[in-house]
Amino acid sequence: MRVAVASGKGGTGKTTVAVNLALARGHLQLLDCDVEDPDAALFLHPEIQSVVPVTVTVPRHLPDRCTFCGRCAQLCAYNAIVVLPGQWLLTAELCKDCGGCYLVCPEQALVPSSREIGTLIRGLADHDVEVVTGDLRPGEAMATPMIRRVKKMASDESPVVVDCPPGTACAMVHAVDGADLCLLVTEPTPFGCHDLEQALDVVGAMDVPCAVVINRSDLGDAGVRTLCERRGVPVLLEIPFDRDLAEAYARGQAAVDADGRWLSVFRELWDRLEELAVQRSRDAATR
Amino acid sequence: MKVAISASADSLDANVDPRFGRCASLLIVDTETGEIVGGGRNAFASEGGGAGTQAAQWVIEQGAEAVLTGNLGPNAFQVLRAGKVRCLISVSGSVRDALAAFGRGELREASSNTVPPHSGMG
Ligand code: SF4
Ligand code: SF4
Repeated sequence: MRVAVASGKGGTGKTTVAVNLALARGHLQLLDCDVEDPDAALFLHPEIQSVVPVTVTVPRHLPDRCTFCGRCAQLCAYNAIVVLPGQWLLTAELCKDCGGCYLVCPEQALVPSSREIGTLIRGLADHDVEVVTGDLRPGEAMATPMIRRVKKMASDESPVVVDCPPGTACAMVHAVDGADLCLLVTEPTPFGCHDLEQALDVVGAMDVPCAVVINRSDLGDAGVRTLCERRGVPVLLEIPFDRDLAEAYARGQAAVDADGRWLSVFRELWDRLEELAVQRSRDAATR
Repeated sequence: MKVAISASADSLDANVDPRFGRCASLLIVDTETGEIVGGGRNAFASEGGGAGTQAAQWVIEQGAEAVLTGNLGPNAFQVLRAGKVRCLISVSGSVRDALAAFGRGELREASSNTVPPHSGMG
């Protein structure tokens, strides 16, 4: 089973839920696809096993050969190249590495070159949790290739928890894609409700079933619960604000390690996710 | 001088569209006569990616010396700067008023992009 843990915006406790879910179940893999801010490892303290650079291939321009004819720019379907008189400009994050520009250039003025966008870190944490972290370089815009690289590491044998980037942009969609279930973490505030609704729309369109965790559930209003009821989305867990938990979090300690009570709470959450996934595949079979 | 303006429709009375690459209309206006001399519905708005750089390249090809818009992403800004086009940002209100403010030198010139990449995307 692959569970994507996502949220319509940052700061809802998404990583907390992903980490505690992974530790409570144990013997699984956690893919940290929140590549701009990968902090699951801060709570899991894995023993690092490997660190490898992640690169993408983009064209390098040889100005001495170029006649600025503009053919490469015309050909590039992804608008990655702009040619102005005497200038050749690449928007590297738009390049999909199709290879077309190298072929169309009559002067051989473009050559493939690799560009490092970040690192892929693999480690092993307690409870037999394998942690794979995609760490994008600061300021690097190519989140999607990095997420794809992290997801390539997904295990076929053990369950997988994916910590997704916050928001509902392309990066989140790529991270959620392929999951059996998407667990959306939200707060019961009007803003939380608005972001959750957007996330439900986006994930729903991908045909991935959703379930909700309400964090800081004792603050705010009933909007999120009403929304979930209206959309037929199960609320699997409500986590009230807890001072001890917040302090453990600040120390970089996971809730399940700080207090055994949380261990059973998150184990139960996992069981309910499994039930949902089974039910879903049964529904799909009879459809 | 020709300037390019991102607008919500093909009219001097339309509002300035805060988005550059994904604006509704991209207008070329002659500041001497105050008339629209080119442009129209922004065909780049529907591009999957690179709307900003495509619009920027088009603006340069039209011979515009300045762009008046709300926000500019880094990629479009890079292309406009390479084309030596002045970038006037945080522009709002009607196209007509924006042109007048430009004439009086009241608009703010961007020294860097104002929004992160892909901001105008849905
Ligand atoms: S096709 Fe080659 S020669 Fe022409 S502009 Fe591109 S890089 Fe330069
Ligand atoms: S490799 Fe393909 S996508 Fe990349 S710049 Fe060249 S033509 Fe565009």
